[in-house]
Amino acid sequence: MPQLPGMLVGLGVTAKTFFKTVFPDGPTGPPSPSKGAHTIQYPHVKEAPPDRARGVIALHHDNCTACMLCARECPDWCIYIEGHKELAPPRRAGGKPRKKNKLDRFDIDFALCMYCGICVEVCPFDALFWSPEFEFSEMKIADMLHDKERLADWMHTVPEYPAYEAGSEVKVKKLPSPSS
Amino acid sequence: MTDVTADLDINDSEQLRYIAAQAADARVNVELETEGMTLNIGPQHPATHGTLRIVARLDGELVISAEPIMGYMHRGYEKLTEVRTYPQVTTLINRIDWVGSFANEVPFILAAEELMEVEAPPRAQYIRTALFEMGRIANIMLFLGDMAVQLGGVTAIFYAFRDREFVLNQIESATGGRFHPNFNRIGGVKDDLPAGWIAETKSSMQKVRDFCDEMEDLVVGNEIFQSRCRGVGVIPAEKALEYGLSGANLRGSGVDWDLRRDEDSPLAWKDLDWKVWTHPDGDSFSRYWVRLQETREATYMVEQLLDGLPSGPIMAKVPRIIKVPAGESYVQTENPLGAMGYYVVSKGELTPFRVKIRTASFSNMSISPWLLEGVYVPDIATILASLYFILGDIDR
Amino acid sequence: MLASLAFTSPYWLDTVVKIVIGLVAVLLPTGALVYLFLFKMMSFMQSRLGPMETGPHGQLQLLAEFGKFLQKEDIFPSKADRFVFAAAPFVVLVSTFMLVLVLPGGPDTHFVDLNTGIYFAMAVSSISVIGILMAGWGSASKYSLLGGIRAAGQLIAYELPLVLSVVGVVIMAGTLNMKGIVAAQADFGVWFIIPQFIGFLIFLVAIQAELTQPPFDMPVAESELVTGYLTEYSGIRFLLFFIGEFATAAVFSAIGATLFLGGWTIPFVDANAEIMDYIGPLVLAAKMVFIAFLIFWFRITYPRFREDQLQRLAWKFMIPLSLLNIVVTAIFKVAF
Repeated sequence: MPQLPGMLVGLGVTAKTFFKTVFPDGPTGPPSPSKGAHTIQYPHVKEAPPDRARGVIALHHDNCTACMLCARECPDWCIYIEGHKELAPPRRAGGKPRKKNKLDRFDIDFALCMYCGICVEVCPFDALFWSPEFEFSEMKIADMLHDKERLADWMHTVPEYPAYEAGSEVKVKKLPSPSS
Repeated sequence: MTDVTADLDINDSEQLRYIAAQAADARVNVELETEGMTLNIGPQHPATHGTLRIVARLDGELVISAEPIMGYMHRGYEKLTEVRTYPQVTTLINRIDWVGSFANEVPFILAAEELMEVEAPPRAQYIRTALFEMGRIANIMLFLGDMAVQLGGVTAIFYAFRDREFVLNQIESATGGRFHPNFNRIGGVKDDLPAGWIAETKSSMQKVRDFCDEMEDLVVGNEIFQSRCRGVGVIPAEKALEYGLSGANLRGSGVDWDLRRDEDSPLAWKDLDWKVWTHPDGDSFSRYWVRLQETREATYMVEQLLDGLPSGPIMAKVPRIIKVPAGESYVQTENPLGAMGYYVVSKGELTPFRVKIRTASFSNMSISPWLLEGVYVPDIATILASLYFILGDIDR
Repeated sequence: MLASLAFTSPYWLDTVVKIVIGLVAVLLPTGALVYLFLFKMMSFMQSRLGPMETGPHGQLQLLAEFGKFLQKEDIFPSKADRFVFAAAPFVVLVSTFMLVLVLPGGPDTHFVDLNTGIYFAMAVSSISVIGILMAGWGSASKYSLLGGIRAAGQLIAYELPLVLSVVGVVIMAGTLNMKGIVAAQADFGVWFIIPQFIGFLIFLVAIQAELTQPPFDMPVAESELVTGYLTEYSGIRFLLFFIGEFATAAVFSAIGATLFLGGWTIPFVDANAEIMDYIGPLVLAAKMVFIAFLIFWFRITYPRFREDQLQRLAWKFMIPLSLLNIVVTAIFKVAF
């Protein structure tokens, strides 16, 4: 069969896409462009991002010791931490009172944040977690500074770690139990 | 002539160089209407892929001379790397060639690994290579649609964006970021692949191949596209080598050069069965054709990598706080845009002492004054589109 | 019946009614074309949905855009020639509204029954070239000037194939009168697209170029000249050009439907029946939508020609082909 001139083949490509969009269920089905097109009509329809998507950072208070590693390693210096030392009762009777770090202020400025994940990675106590939530736009830039309570709220949205592919030697991490 | 350098403490030759530089700037910025019309294409323009400015001197529709003026997007990367630790630098350099995602991190991490004398385990190398090739696929798919839209065929770019989504979703499910994965670490990769990723990625590779077939029907076979591109912007092989072009621009001129095969890299390319595509013509059409074939080849490579993924750890033993020993090393890899290299000089501290970033688009643009002489105005768009540069890559 | 109505009412009322119907006849198809083809068909061919929020499936989008353009600031480039800059969109629109005058909608429905119908239409369509040149020159910008010059060259080059392709139809019909051409197709039995297929193709390509649609949109080559001669226009002036572009597409499609697809006639229905006075315009509209569909399908699929390739196509290929078409048609008309 002689080859069709390229211009006609091109017309065929656009016509085929047209029919696939308007009749996604084949020529016998009903015309339904909303289903056939690849557009997701946000905000009526929301597509969930993958579990590992770097949306927002959540803080688990109980694990944080205000060691300042995340604030130091952040490339943008967008984490503001303030803490003070408290004396906790000794573990055994007659022992010395223990010095504990108590967290006063833990703010992440998401207007500055690069969403790189270095803070989550370097935290030695597993206090920071990634959550795929992304709908936290604000009208004022100042509201993009999430304080301690708001960061703790994000913990509800942190998904469980999935299993790895076959052949992996990495252990699947577990999320901490919800703080009191 | 006022001596502008009178209060500066420099000697004669430096003074002359400074004055010459100022005069050169002035020549470009002054619109001398002595011959033809000077047209400023950019820096705000729908055609240039970003803030590139081209000062073209025209005689009717013919270009007498054209000069690209880069630097509108200079972000000071090389200075930034002097005051950032190695993980922070990895985050930043994602953004140099923002469409090529993972490919930006690899040469830098390889250079640092060379200095630390650490080698990542095989599973990590396979994952790195797979993500590298997926970055290449995402980048070149954008090019395939974009060059058609530069020439006026508005439909192709929508197909490109639609089918790129599959690849970007896969990169996101593995690394957390679509464009800036920040996944490479000195000694391996950050995390392992989630379950089900391999099967999903293979199906997305099939969709990319369908897209390539569609582009062949819609764009490559189109007689109008061919008449716009064939014979336009011909770069002979010796000229291409002279000007330091790399990547598909070289291969489109018939030069058989591919760093994945020619350079001894720890990544997994030597384990794969693939071929290098070249085209003898050296015009805009051949560059488009070579990149189309490369995309298809990359999908086959990704499938081979995922089929042969070895089991094992993904991270070698490296200290928690990375202090790269003193020394210097240069690693370049075959990035989607061309050859990208990082020359890392370390003095044994937390931050690199100096990082020189050799980007492909910067060298690729150097041929444009020679190439754009004597062509018609519409051909400027064709030629620049076929050279394919990303502004972040040119200006850093 | 409509003809008798025309005789009883006073001339001024007749004129006012015709002007109103004329405006509707141009603007309504324009809106329909913009919605159907630009918003929806283009989107579906690109796997996306197009406007969906304004009205059901985005049907009120054009209204929303109209409101948006109305409230924009009226920007004049400082070096622009104010009169030329302001008058250019109106010159283009004038030629479109005059074109619609010769379209017949039924055996008795027409605006003006000119004996030189199609000749008048071709002559009047050239006025838009002046409007585009005015836009390009009056904008005082290099981009606009380049776009205007390219447009002038292209539009003049493609007028010849347009006119010559129509001549083939005129020879077959034996008259320049538009109603006569429709009647001739009814008499001939088959629409002129069959014997004049080459002429139809040349007509389609020539309209594509006259409307500066891809693949002939060098004057508005977005990737090099921003929007060519339209660059400096914003707000309501841009809307006038936009309406002009789609109105001209609608009217040229209607002329093409009249010349090649039998106008308002339906096969197997008597051409002189009175019912056709009322159904005729609808039939014509349907055929116009079909030809517009072809125009926009080409627009969506193809990249654009370079200016010299464009000119070469017109002068070295299309004009000889249309002349050949005329010669062959004349031979057939005389011999059979």
